[in-house]
Amino acid sequence: MRDLNSEKTRKEKAKTAAVKQARFGNDIDLNRYEHAAENVPYYEDLSKLPGDARQQMLQSGVTVDDVRQRSGTIIQMDHSVIHSLSSQADIEVMSTQKALEKYDWLAAYYWKAVAVDADKYTAHVELNPGNGYFIRALPGGKSTFPVQACLYIGKKNLAQSVHNIIIAEEGSELHIITGCTTSPREEPAMHLGVSEFYIKKGAKISFTMIHNWSPETDVRPRTGIIIEDGGIYLSNYVIMKPVKSLQANPLARCIGENTVTRFNSIVVAPPGSNMDLGSQVILDGKGSRTEIISRAITTGGSITARGYIEGNAPDVKGHLECRGLILKGEGHIHAIPELKGNLAGIDLSHEAAVGKIAEEEVEYLMMRGLTRDEATATIVRGFLHVDIEGLPPGLSQQIKQTIEDAEKDFM
Amino acid sequence: MAETMLEIKDLAVEVAGRPILHDVNFTINAGETHVLFGPNGNGKTTLLMTIMGAPRYKVTRGRIIFRDQDILSLPMDERARLGIGMSMQRPPVVRGVKTRDMVTACARGRESDEELNTIVQATNLTELVERDINYGFSGGEIKRSELAQLLAQKPDLILLDEPESGVDLVNIALIGRLINDLLQKKQPIRDRKRSGLVITHTGHILDYVDARTGYVLLDGTIICEGDPHEILKTIVKKGYQECRKCVT
Repeated sequence: MRDLNSEKTRKEKAKTAAVKQARFGNDIDLNRYEHAAENVPYYEDLSKLPGDARQQMLQSGVTVDDVRQRSGTIIQMDHSVIHSLSSQADIEVMSTQKALEKYDWLAAYYWKAVAVDADKYTAHVELNPGNGYFIRALPGGKSTFPVQACLYIGKKNLAQSVHNIIIAEEGSELHIITGCTTSPREEPAMHLGVSEFYIKKGAKISFTMIHNWSPETDVRPRTGIIIEDGGIYLSNYVIMKPVKSLQANPLARCIGENTVTRFNSIVVAPPGSNMDLGSQVILDGKGSRTEIISRAITTGGSITARGYIEGNAPDVKGHLECRGLILKGEGHIHAIPELKGNLAGIDLSHEAAVGKIAEEEVEYLMMRGLTRDEATATIVRGFLHVDIEGLPPGLSQQIKQTIEDAEKDFM
Repeated sequence: MAETMLEIKDLAVEVAGRPILHDVNFTINAGETHVLFGPNGNGKTTLLMTIMGAPRYKVTRGRIIFRDQDILSLPMDERARLGIGMSMQRPPVVRGVKTRDMVTACARGRESDEELNTIVQATNLTELVERDINYGFSGGEIKRSELAQLLAQKPDLILLDEPESGVDLVNIALIGRLINDLLQKKQPIRDRKRSGLVITHTGHILDYVDARTGYVLLDGTIICEGDPHEILKTIVKKGYQECRKCVT
């Protein structure tokens, strides 16, 4: 049974925040975009998707030709979920709308990890619902392969609105790869995506997101994660293609004891790209640990690399590492690592470095017979290499492959 | 008659506008190992880096001839591919580039995985291959990693900058063995094709590696040439002050 009062309050809150500017990132005029989209038909057989869409999805880590290596698949085009399937009994995959209809209890998770009135973008998602995905691992369930999700914008000038809810019930393990992309036509578009993660006691989620937008896309994801006792959240974010404007700053609240949270971000900003990206972790549970690792390269674009760790409980430990490389062009990188400790006995640290490739490193590799270009590429590949633990081997390989494929474009 | 591997003729070098080397002349034939002695700051590393072609070492006069080819205009990578290899005293850390990647890159596709694994085992680097190159390495680990890269690269002229510095007594025997492998010391003299130029401060490496000729480099030039053991004995006994007397 839907709680109409709570829904009304939510809507009212959203209306009051409809013009509230976000704390970070340039302000986007939402009126520039269209908000309605025609329904896209459901595809039972994904191999019948148009070839250019399949290619875009593939470049975002989403495979539609052979889904045997996936525990589930959900694809949203514009505002329509065009395919959803789970191949495991203990993993649920469906559209958020369908899940809200199916489960009354889900309302309690709706806008709990992300505030509906956080800014005009969250408000817009509430006031202009456009679907999203619901992925849930039942208690003790473990995804054999990653569940893949794709958010695809096909319509020119559309503001795609998405609300995702991901739940790992007690003792479960969920690996998700999400590819966000647009049609290859390089048309203006906007993506507004709310994602709420709930990691119950002893559960684990690894969430790998690959962004592959057109250079004319404005992107405003809003993500919240709530982690209970012994929960693990591993996030891997990769963007190596141009985007007009992107601002995201996911917030993980570790409310349970002995939680583990890790954010890895690999970011490349070509000329014309404006990215303001961060990760925030609030350590409220005793003995919780976190690590935020970001690698940023500009070849002419602008990157703000934020990181925030707050320690509020005994024996918590956090480390933040922002490393930026200005490879060529007039780009700039602004690293803003922040730590806040509110208790004796906590252990928080950070390191940040922004610069160019050290000439002595290039020469060292040239001394071994590599050309200057080969040496530079080897160093950049090493810079972008982040040790990612806790992923199935196939997924680690896929991230590596995505990075290697994209290197050709910016080296 | 042995093939000439390296000829240094009337060489003068400056770094950041400051003259470091002048009037340097010597020749190394194929199969020979020569040793460079000299106090710190007198130009030994400058000489090796200049032969290797590091850009900040500017040759202001003279020639460097490698196997009958003047290599002065060639960049480092081309010199490496021609057959010159160097072990640095303090190589840089390259974050994210694994030791295995470096050894593999040095082989340039010539060696199979099995052969590369043999090199890794022979240099006792098994536990370091997945670590970033030179990151947190001890002195001995750096030397073994440098030699592993040279074993994969297979250069004909091997430049070694203080291969024994920072190496404990247990590891120095291994380092000596690896250098002997690189320089084909197990083969009869007539069959050796590779040559070496080794900087040593302590001379300890001479307990493990035989060398034909020794030089003393003082104030930017070679002031003495002779039997390396004899030169070392003099330096140990009387210091470089005795060498200085030869030029005054």
